[in-house]
Amino acid sequence: MAGHAAHNLNQTTDWGGKTSPFKISYGKIMMWFFLLSDALTFGAFLVALGFARYAAQDAWPIGEETFNALPFLGSGFPLAYVAFMTFLLILSSVTMVLAVEAGHRMDKKGVIKWMIATIIGGFFFVGSQAWEWSHFIHGTHFGRVELEDGSLANVVAGPNGKLKFGEIKSFEVIEAGHHYRSGQVLTSKDLDLDHEWQHAVVGGHIHGNEIHLHDGSVARINKEKDENVRLLVKKTGGKYKIGDAIDGEEAVNMYYGAFNNGTPTKVVYGANMTENEYGPKTYANLFFFITGFHGFHVSIGVLINIIIFINVLMGTYERRGHYEMVEKSGLYWHFVDLVWVFVFTFFYLI
Amino acid sequence: MERDDVYEYSLDTHHSEEEGKAVRKKIYLVTLILSVITAVEVMLGMYVKNDGSVTWNTIKALFIVLTLVKAGYIVMVFMHLKDENKTFRNFILVPYFIFMIYLTFIVLYEGHAVGHALQVYGAH
Repeated sequence: MAGHAAHNLNQTTDWGGKTSPFKISYGKIMMWFFLLSDALTFGAFLVALGFARYAAQDAWPIGEETFNALPFLGSGFPLAYVAFMTFLLILSSVTMVLAVEAGHRMDKKGVIKWMIATIIGGFFFVGSQAWEWSHFIHGTHFGRVELEDGSLANVVAGPNGKLKFGEIKSFEVIEAGHHYRSGQVLTSKDLDLDHEWQHAVVGGHIHGNEIHLHDGSVARINKEKDENVRLLVKKTGGKYKIGDAIDGEEAVNMYYGAFNNGTPTKVVYGANMTENEYGPKTYANLFFFITGFHGFHVSIGVLINIIIFINVLMGTYERRGHYEMVEKSGLYWHFVDLVWVFVFTFFYLI
Repeated sequence: MERDDVYEYSLDTHHSEEEGKAVRKKIYLVTLILSVITAVEVMLGMYVKNDGSVTWNTIKALFIVLTLVKAGYIVMVFMHLKDENKTFRNFILVPYFIFMIYLTFIVLYEGHAVGHALQVYGAH
């Protein structure tokens, strides 16, 4: 007697390597394995973020204070932009899954429609990330200031409303240099006043109300008053503790007092790989690394989607009898969305 | 070229017009759920102050739970993992979760100890 099992097992298929124990096609299994390894990489990045954060303790920046700007509208909108980006990526994930669904019905027109939407969503997301990086690198109008005792403080909105950096109206030249004549009034038409100002602040070229411009001329600064300035201590230098807040006139005096006697490098604007205005060096490095690696994945995803889209247009999958390639690129695209959900929580929210 | 030596699983996923309708309905429902969760997260992030209090720590835990819920919907519905073979599903998820929970615990514990050491002995 051959036994019970012989009846149920088909020798040619079940033991001949012709079926998958998982009942899933080879391509999809391999995509899942790739995504699993990629998930380990991203998991390691986020765990490393957790390590840096726990080690830095109170010095770590708060998401809604760092990311509170919108294009054209300035600051004062905590998390709005990153929420928009998250929503964008979720929507493009939805259009992708709709393309996969259309593929299951062999609906070529539907696949084309939803894949176009997905690709556009991907481009918008990468573009948004470019803006976010640009804003992160250039920083705020005030930057981070080092106080007299060596404490580091950020400038945030005080208790009475929105923080406003008084607009720099013009520079009135009082001593001629290589370029500018004495008595000339330089406005934003002549040069980038904000850029010139930040350059002078970092270089220690501001004395009282006078600025030394790059051509050697000296000018009087015509600047509006700042509003609702609060200095929030982020790193202690002895006199001030982390979390100390200085408001009003005193805050303004301390801020300008840090550099307007010609002391250089008391203010840091924006971020680079060695220093940043937001918090510890690791913070900016991890921001560039994690969102950069994710942005790279999105870019690759857009590229893959375009290639698959061209194949859909050419009817490759119509002839093949199934749209599984759309499903596989879809898996990758959803994974990118999935990673962003975690980056959103651990980098921006918590 | 037709091949008779492999089973073509790719064709198993085909579905009819009516089934498609049900699938799409589910997709729109999940879209709504994901959007609402994201909106709630952003609102909480905007209006609850990050001050290390008990309230904030509760919100923090809630963020993690909501994130896992979102991730669950994306993986199970959008990536169709729920429709795959149960063995395959566990094959992907279980080892990953065991490893990540272990890694997270050990690295955060270590990070905390390093942070404490820096506070006590200084950064140099």
